[in-house]
Amino acid sequence: MDFINIVIKTAFIENLVLSYFFGMCSYLAVSKTVKTAFGLGMAVIFVLAITMPINWMINEYLLTEDIMGMDLTFLRFIMFIAVIASMVQLVEMVIEKFSPALYTALGIFLPLITVNCAILGGSLFMVSREYNMMETVAFGIGGGFGWFLAVVALAAIREKIRYSNVPPALRGLGMAFILTGLMGIAFMSLMGIDPAALGQ
Amino acid sequence: MADTATATPQVKEPLFGKKERKLITDPLNDNNPITVQVLGICSALAVTTQVYPSVVMSIAVVFVCAFSNLTTSLVRNHIPKQIRMIVQLVIIATLVTIVELVLKAFSYPVYKQLSVFIGLIITNCIIMGRLEAFALANKPWRSFLDGIGNGLGYGAILILVAVIREITGKGAIGGFAIFPQSFYDAGYFNNNLMVLPASALLVIGVLIWIQRSMYPKLVDVS
Repeated sequence: MDFINIVIKTAFIENLVLSYFFGMCSYLAVSKTVKTAFGLGMAVIFVLAITMPINWMINEYLLTEDIMGMDLTFLRFIMFIAVIASMVQLVEMVIEKFSPALYTALGIFLPLITVNCAILGGSLFMVSREYNMMETVAFGIGGGFGWFLAVVALAAIREKIRYSNVPPALRGLGMAFILTGLMGIAFMSLMGIDPAALGQ
Repeated sequence: MADTATATPQVKEPLFGKKERKLITDPLNDNNPITVQVLGICSALAVTTQVYPSVVMSIAVVFVCAFSNLTTSLVRNHIPKQIRMIVQLVIIATLVTIVELVLKAFSYPVYKQLSVFIGLIITNCIIMGRLEAFALANKPWRSFLDGIGNGLGYGAILILVAVIREITGKGAIGGFAIFPQSFYDAGYFNNNLMVLPASALLVIGVLIWIQRSMYPKLVDVS
């Protein structure tokens, strides 16, 4: 499959939040205002695009079934989560050094990303779907963009719905779930798109 | 040495007193991890189209949650504060690897069906959340019970959603058809919408609505 196909497919048709529920906790927690949703969304795109190729290389060259006579595949989860945690730390330090403005904008959200399921989920999907390097990069960018899109959309809806008369028991969390479900149904209408035809 | 030992007599804590029982029953309703604490909704919902994988998933989460709480609580006085996250992640990842290998060995079809979602237990926020909020400040036995309680509270919602979705979406429970053929002949249809991912969110939204209408103290004021 080619690059653009995978980007479009993971961003719209198989959106990480709406069809796999990845990163749902932070998705619900930060979607109260558009500003915070935007910050975390950008951070997710950034970290996904960086960690996935690194995890791909580790999985391909280190965690093989026969490296120096050992089968290291059982270390996969620990390696992935360690790479993600250390990359998040590294990205945080680099941004702080070179772009203090971006750092203050993303600041508090970066550490949160370590335990965002979207990042680890992306890496695990890459293994189970046997992507190559290029497809992995495409999946990282597309998946991050899809997550960004969903969280900003929900935040915008929640900002407006504050002025509506929602039943008290449904306020806040309950409504956020129902809205996400409806958004999921709306995104499903994109299923008819044939990425192969678009890519040409 | 002998003096200090007599000066602070050990208060005998009951092994399974009222407080301990509360640790298990509380997360089932009043402090449910999914509907009240809003933790751990993440990926696991994707397995709720059928009952059987959800039961397996719940057992896995109870196991990981209980034992990671126990382990963290045992080493809680030796973890430096700055690196506690990475220590917790390593503990959780090790337990999840055990679960994955056990499933792979004993129940390969379920392992295939759950695929990446077993690995995603690592980033399930309930487990990390309970480690941070409970295990780092409490004794091992109580942390263990808290882990079991929260795992069960999570499993209860997961299985409830799975039962609703499987009955309405596939007309079956655990793979056994519950509607006789005559129903379908009379014009009954399975609701295909309930098999799609979006319906899990709608079902949870409605469950939260019902729970909060029944227990008004849970209503979120903001």
